[in-house]
Amino acid sequence: MANHQDDKIDKKKRSFLIAATTVTGAIGAGAIAVPFLSSMTPSERAKAAGAPVEVDVSKIEAGSMITTEWRGQPVWIINRSKAMLDDLKKNDPNLSDPNLEVISQQPSYCKNATRSLKPNLLVLVGICTHLGCSPTAKLQTQGDMGENWNGGFFCPCHGSKFDLAGRVFKGSPAPINLVVPPHKYINDNTLLIGEDNKG
Amino acid sequence: MKTEIKTKKSKGGLMAWVDERFPLSSLITNHLTEYYAPKNFNFWYFFGSLALLVLVLQLATGIFLTMHYKPDAELAFGSVEYIMRDVSFGWLIRYMHSTGASMFFVVVYLHMFRGLIYGSYKNPRELLWLFGVAIFLCLMGEAFFGYLLPWGQMSYWGAQVIVNLFSAIPFVGPDLSEWLRGDYLVSDATLNRFFAFHVIALPLALCGLVFVHLVALHEVGSNNPDGIDIKKNLDKKTSIPLDGIPFHPYYTVKDLIGVSVFLIVFALIIFYLPEMGGYFLEANNFIPADPLKTPAHIAPVWYFTPYYSILRAVPPILNSQFPGVAAMGLSVLAFAFLPWLDKSKVRSIRYKGNLFKRWIALFVVSFFVLGYLGTVPSNVWGQFSSAIPVIGGVDKATVVARIFTITYFLFFALMPYYSQKDKTKPVPSRVSYK
Repeated sequence: MANHQDDKIDKKKRSFLIAATTVTGAIGAGAIAVPFLSSMTPSERAKAAGAPVEVDVSKIEAGSMITTEWRGQPVWIINRSKAMLDDLKKNDPNLSDPNLEVISQQPSYCKNATRSLKPNLLVLVGICTHLGCSPTAKLQTQGDMGENWNGGFFCPCHGSKFDLAGRVFKGSPAPINLVVPPHKYINDNTLLIGEDNKG
Repeated sequence: MKTEIKTKKSKGGLMAWVDERFPLSSLITNHLTEYYAPKNFNFWYFFGSLALLVLVLQLATGIFLTMHYKPDAELAFGSVEYIMRDVSFGWLIRYMHSTGASMFFVVVYLHMFRGLIYGSYKNPRELLWLFGVAIFLCLMGEAFFGYLLPWGQMSYWGAQVIVNLFSAIPFVGPDLSEWLRGDYLVSDATLNRFFAFHVIALPLALCGLVFVHLVALHEVGSNNPDGIDIKKNLDKKTSIPLDGIPFHPYYTVKDLIGVSVFLIVFALIIFYLPEMGGYFLEANNFIPADPLKTPAHIAPVWYFTPYYSILRAVPPILNSQFPGVAAMGLSVLAFAFLPWLDKSKVRSIRYKGNLFKRWIALFVVSFFVLGYLGTVPSNVWGQFSSAIPVIGGVDKATVVARIFTITYFLFFALMPYYSQKDKTKPVPSRVSYK
């Protein structure tokens, strides 16, 4: 009896139907997963919050900095004094990527010795390239950062160190330099962060 | 009517009515009154039932916290303070929940250690162990998502660091972490979804996993401090294990003692040490989240610190922090491989040789040292003098963390070798019992 029934079963047809159902089902499941997964990406509102920010830079004294907010992230604007700029070269032997060659962390117009449009004014995203903490400014030379410190930034989370051009020191957990965001000057005193002349 | 008056023995009444529709009596006999567990359970066997108790406590307190908490970046911090100050007994429910989180890890770590020393992961309990590892991973996720909810400084920057761990994964990393956050930084969107994960997704997964963990346990039966299979010595007439006793009433009563002691400790912490000197609730988390300023010292809650130490200890390689992240992930996942790494002929540490015992001791020391180092800044002991070659100028604590990271991994990596080489003792056929 069983054999008789087995003879009647078209196994080829059956396995074709199983395969076809599985494939169709999988495509359906994959298709319905798309709206759910993409609902978790940044919303239109979050994208709109990335609008450029205007900053008046005329009131930043030489040797000091201000922090502003762009895309919810801290952005530092540091007005480096003449001495600070002169000290930058001294750090070169201790840096991972002093000449900005390994990975591009700045717009092409800031790929220079000071990593800035105007030599004294440095614009940096104040987020450590290791795991995203905001480093603490240690602008003064020496102090609690040791004898050979020429001013820079220290990340409290895992101890990464950066110089006053946002370049990372060797031996830091952070692998690469701090990011210079796209920016331009609307006039001599007004900086626009988040937009440049290219885009 | 007449049939209903007849009670128990004739299996009449309400119970019979239920049994015809749902296997209640047979569930009770199969899993409690005639479920035979080894009679030589000791102290270490309290922590499974305690973990279940804490799970229930967390679910119960969590439901009541949800009634007052607001998952909104503007309101979250305030709503937690509102629970603490204005909601009747809100402080108690919240402290039960925050203390419960830490105690969950205390009992789960002790439960895992029991499995480690008595070889409870070995054949035929591999799947039971794997379900357990999955529960542990789920628990870590649950703790991490929950920690963001108070929206304090530690919540914020902890989430920032952990989500950024994913961006270290080559190629897909940055997109993946942006997808997890739902924004370019940890924000209201992140808080909202972490709330969803914390109160719905992971508790459901956790309950499901606990269920299959118990199903697997009752299929293969409990291991015991001797690591002897009690099903090999059955009473010839009844085929009940000679070394087994019914779970109820014997172990329900034993576990009640454990529950009593646990609840005393739990209450003492809630009423006198709810912050546990910054280990259970960190001081920085009483400051509202500030996306522009990282606190001077950030550290995870104590139960994550061994893995966090490993993350910090591994230096970046080829301009990528991925090796550190991978090492951290592997340090947690390593537990899943134990059933296949341990080639020893015996299960329990009682019959294992000195070699194995020394490695377990070294592992425990590594775990505690890494755990401690994870709670302090890496410059806590200062730097080595720059005159010393290789390690000159490096933080002393970092070097120590590197050494113990290596021993942590060697415990797992060399296990196939030393567990075979180890001189084991003969295992008796019956459990030892005083």
